[in-house]
Amino acid sequence: MARRITVASTVTDARADSYLRTLKSLFPKTKLKSVAVAQAYTVDAKLSADELKRAAERLTNFVTEKFSTGAVIAPRGYTYAIEIGFHPGVTDNVGKTARQTIEDCIGREFKEGADVYTSVFIFLTGAVSRQEAQRMSRELYNPLIERARVYSAKEELAVTVPKVHLHERTAVDEVDLDVSDDELAKIGKRGIADKDGTRRGPLALSLGAMKTIQAYFAALGRNPTDVELESLAQTWSEHCKHTIFADPLDEVEEGIYRRYIKGATQKVRKEKGKNDFCVSVFTDNAGGIVFDDKYLVTHKVETHNSPSALDPFGGAITGIVGVNRDSMGFGLGSKPIANVYGFCVADPRDTTPLYRDAAKQQPLLPSRRILEGVVRGINAGGNQSGIPTPLGFLAVDPRYRGKPLVFAGTVGLIPRKVKGRKMYEKQAQAGDYIVMAGGRVGLDGIHGATFSSEALASGSPATAVQIGDPITQKKLSDALMREARDAGLYSSITDNGAGGLSCSVAEMAKECGGAIVELDTVPLKYPGLSPWQVWISESQERMTLAVPKKNWKTLEKLFDRHGVEATVIGTFTDKDRCVVRHKGKVVMDMAMDFLHDGRPVEPLKTKKPKYDLVEPSPKARNVPLGKALLALLARPNVGSISFISQQYDHEVQGTSVTKPLQGRGRVNSDAGVIQPLPNSPRGVVLSHGYCPWYSDIDTKAMAAAAIDTAVRNAIAAGASRDYLAILDNFCWSSSNTPERLYELKKSAEAVYELATTYGTPYISGKDSMFNDFRGYTAKGERIHVAAPPTLLISAIGVIPDASKAVTLDFKMAGDVVYLIGETDDELGASEYFAMLGDGLGTRAPLVHAKRNAKVYDALAGAIERGLVASALSVGRGGLGVALAKSAIAGQLGAKVDLRNIPGDITRLAPLDRRSRHLTGRADSILFSESQGRLLVSVRPDAVESFEVCLKDAAIRIGEVGGSNLGVELQSKEFKLSVKSLTAAYRKPFQNW
Amino acid sequence: MRKKTQPTHLYSRHVSSRSISNGVKKPHVIIFSGYGLNCEDETRAAFNFAGASADIVHINDIIARPAMLKEAQILAFPGGFSYGDDTGSGKAYANRLKEHLGKHIEKFLARDTLVIGICNGFQILTSAGILPGALIANDSNRFLCRWVDLKVEGKSPWLTGIDTLSLPIAHGEGKYHADAKTLAALNKSGAIALRYTEGAVAKHFALPANPNGALENIAGVTGYDGRVLGLMPHPERAVRFTQLPHWTYLKERYIRDGVPVPTEGPGIQVFRNAVRYFQ
Repeated sequence: MARRITVASTVTDARADSYLRTLKSLFPKTKLKSVAVAQAYTVDAKLSADELKRAAERLTNFVTEKFSTGAVIAPRGYTYAIEIGFHPGVTDNVGKTARQTIEDCIGREFKEGADVYTSVFIFLTGAVSRQEAQRMSRELYNPLIERARVYSAKEELAVTVPKVHLHERTAVDEVDLDVSDDELAKIGKRGIADKDGTRRGPLALSLGAMKTIQAYFAALGRNPTDVELESLAQTWSEHCKHTIFADPLDEVEEGIYRRYIKGATQKVRKEKGKNDFCVSVFTDNAGGIVFDDKYLVTHKVETHNSPSALDPFGGAITGIVGVNRDSMGFGLGSKPIANVYGFCVADPRDTTPLYRDAAKQQPLLPSRRILEGVVRGINAGGNQSGIPTPLGFLAVDPRYRGKPLVFAGTVGLIPRKVKGRKMYEKQAQAGDYIVMAGGRVGLDGIHGATFSSEALASGSPATAVQIGDPITQKKLSDALMREARDAGLYSSITDNGAGGLSCSVAEMAKECGGAIVELDTVPLKYPGLSPWQVWISESQERMTLAVPKKNWKTLEKLFDRHGVEATVIGTFTDKDRCVVRHKGKVVMDMAMDFLHDGRPVEPLKTKKPKYDLVEPSPKARNVPLGKALLALLARPNVGSISFISQQYDHEVQGTSVTKPLQGRGRVNSDAGVIQPLPNSPRGVVLSHGYCPWYSDIDTKAMAAAAIDTAVRNAIAAGASRDYLAILDNFCWSSSNTPERLYELKKSAEAVYELATTYGTPYISGKDSMFNDFRGYTAKGERIHVAAPPTLLISAIGVIPDASKAVTLDFKMAGDVVYLIGETDDELGASEYFAMLGDGLGTRAPLVHAKRNAKVYDALAGAIERGLVASALSVGRGGLGVALAKSAIAGQLGAKVDLRNIPGDITRLAPLDRRSRHLTGRADSILFSESQGRLLVSVRPDAVESFEVCLKDAAIRIGEVGGSNLGVELQSKEFKLSVKSLTAAYRKPFQNW
Repeated sequence: MRKKTQPTHLYSRHVSSRSISNGVKKPHVIIFSGYGLNCEDETRAAFNFAGASADIVHINDIIARPAMLKEAQILAFPGGFSYGDDTGSGKAYANRLKEHLGKHIEKFLARDTLVIGICNGFQILTSAGILPGALIANDSNRFLCRWVDLKVEGKSPWLTGIDTLSLPIAHGEGKYHADAKTLAALNKSGAIALRYTEGAVAKHFALPANPNGALENIAGVTGYDGRVLGLMPHPERAVRFTQLPHWTYLKERYIRDGVPVPTEGPGIQVFRNAVRYFQ
């Protein structure tokens, strides 16, 4: 019989206080007086009363806590109790630690099936009705992964054991493909039908792909097994094979990936010649470039959007620990040294309800909870892994309401050689054991890969959600990165991400030419999984290794010392076949070339969409400039996200050089510098660029601006163009429509042009093409929310001396302020026009890459010579926001004159007679988002040298000093105190 | 901050070899590892730069061969997230430590040795009962990463010659708690080593001095006559000048004042003190 230990605080309890604060802010009229919390451990194992007591003692810190092995510790006079625990099978990290603690204490391991389950009791005191308590509970748990129950004070607090009970169903089904095209299409779209008629979940295979599979098995004279069909769905998925980037698009026969992305990298590398720093690009789990004589740095950025929509915490934590495994799976293992993040969400103040189903039984989580959840997920994943997070961003747009975009990236460091062996190359050998190390396999994330290739709708399986376990992964990482890698104990390694074993084993089998897997040797979290489920499950924290037989015993012992579970699950072969057996029976036997290259090529066509663009009216633009600047600073796309930066450890590993929050006023930076090695001054510069808003006017401009911004952000922090690489992450929506594909093609053209002009090679990339939500409004009307085409560019550069890095804050009164770059009348899709809400505008910023390249080089030279006191690239919100940010960061005012800055904005002043647009107005000067611009300050005795470096590319606009920002414009001028700017900047998330 | 010329790269080996050439023995440091501790590398780098010889050892390897503790002069419990802070920070690791190494740690402490517990290491030391008090959730109930200023009190060999210093913190459960009786005893015996104070960093960034609501602003305490130091802030993350949160500002200040830009950070002195204790 299961018994329950509860532990509660005997002193002030910040957790309870936090619940109280949250509930009071969500229910302002509530008569809730106080909240108390008890942590419950439900022990479903045979323990003696004495053992249970000893276990409870170890779960209690007697300085601040007490325990009970009987009744739940509850405050006197509470009105209602809410218990929140997990659903069966959901990763329970605390439960796992409690179990280990108890096993260690009683000196024996639990029997099969025994376990510890955690839940939390939240006691509400005050005049709260049951209905209100129930409404409160809904704010505190996520029904997809958690259960909640409300008890009145009179009710007994029941003991719940959320044990997984699966009907033992280990049979393998044959899937009849001798069916009509309609049925084939249905199998592809909705999945294999079980005996009871229900479908197993989307395979995301097109009719064309299904027909190819049909023909392949017809030629073999048999039907595929469910294991084979599920396996093909995984390896052929958009998520794994990037079909939209690979297939012909209009006249681009080789596909946009080969022509525009890989093509750009090839051209850049050729032009760099001897100075090419790329070592391993596009072929591995991350991209690798030279750091110094001894090391490479690697980088990879992933998205985890669909899971984050359902369970923001689980989705984001899985995203970050997943991309860390990508780093560990680069070459023979690249040690994670930095994490980066990006969240694209709807405004958390937006409370419009949306539903996945017409009956309105499945509400989408509110946007506030999505943001809270993803922030918490990266917090847990990054902090617990001991990886610093020096950089990240938040972008807000109502169209991220259906599916948020969650970007997570990992920079790694790997020796180039150990004992003469190249660490960035790997090759599984025929005869090597296939070893699965780390976590066990459950139903987690079944159909994750195919699910993210589909729009989010009501059939979305809850099993698509996983929760990461950073500590299991840290143990695995320590064993691999600290010991096994450098001891040369394995010949290849890759992570288990999308598609689980079916993808990792098949991928590694390519290196030697085949594999045989014994599925029943795979360790399971609980019994009852079908073979196909074991094969494609996306349970986390697992790496697959190729281990020479002679090394297995040594490696097994090593893993054991680190408390890491590792199992031989098969053998790599050179038989050109991927074979899977279950209990002695062959359940999959397919040719390697069909598995990997059998997917039919499906040419895509594009069509130019129509845009309906209008300029805002002159009346709408007639706002006082100072007031407009303050309002812009207080928008979530511009304002401080210090509440995120401060809760992500950016100091761990001792590598931090420039911080995510810079200057006295702590302004968020768009670049970060780290020094990876204690005994080398070399630094790594990281930056990002994203401009999804411009997609509403021109996706080519959007992509160009993203690249330019990333490059410029890196330059501002101290990088130089000749040692800078970039990564692409495309997040599109409705990618099956010719219009969206046209926009994709246009953006890809920019991707090629900009990278080749700047000489910045792509080293890694990823795409997520269906960020769509199809559901229902509160009125029951159908609604389609499509994320705006979004390209995130992440830049990584190496600099010889990290102590030359520059931050964005004005430093001293008397410093001279310069503006670099031209300001054109480019307010289309700007934050300013978005704020006015009277029309999107028509001119999105264009990038003049050739001109910029020269200027960036000049600035990089000046920074290298130590002539620059502060630098900030001008971005969202334009020059006005940039000036404000440097002033807030330095807590120092400035006086600037913008009447004669270069660009058409002043030439066209004050009204352009050739068009109906109002150009050259003061608001355009202040808020235009023209690219290629930087705001720089220089100490007086460096001014002369600086001007020699920059020639006429930088113009002097004013001087740092005082406590106000004073701006002189054509006919207007304004003055704002740094204090008021600071207050506005900190406003959007001040209570978070 | 020392103004004289420093080696450019802080961890450069010639400093430690210098101590060898002086004929001084390097103290041996064992840095505990495993189960989610994660600051081992930078802790080792700091000790080695200060002139020690530090090894990172998995707790299971120490359990398997506890005799190795006899060869060490210093034990370090570094920062991290042992067991993910599940069931309470430091608790599960402390259980494992007590269960399997309790007596060996007692023996180690009976010699004239030093122990440091940083952040999660401090939480482990208090949970294991080696240091008094407990670390509980920050008042904000949220993980916080920032720099703090500290005032040194008491007499710990770890803190010899230091009056104030600024270091980074990064924790979710860093609020020091002890009952009134324990606090009084700690105050009386001079076992409170570090208190949060409003110093250079807090003033520069206009941040509150006490980041987590710690009772009596306590950031670190000592035991065993000051030989065991537990502290929430991370000295190993503050050994270089360019780790300071405002170094780009200070650098501009130094350049204008015609003062050489320093290369070291304030945390290194803590590790030098430990090395000197054995020389």
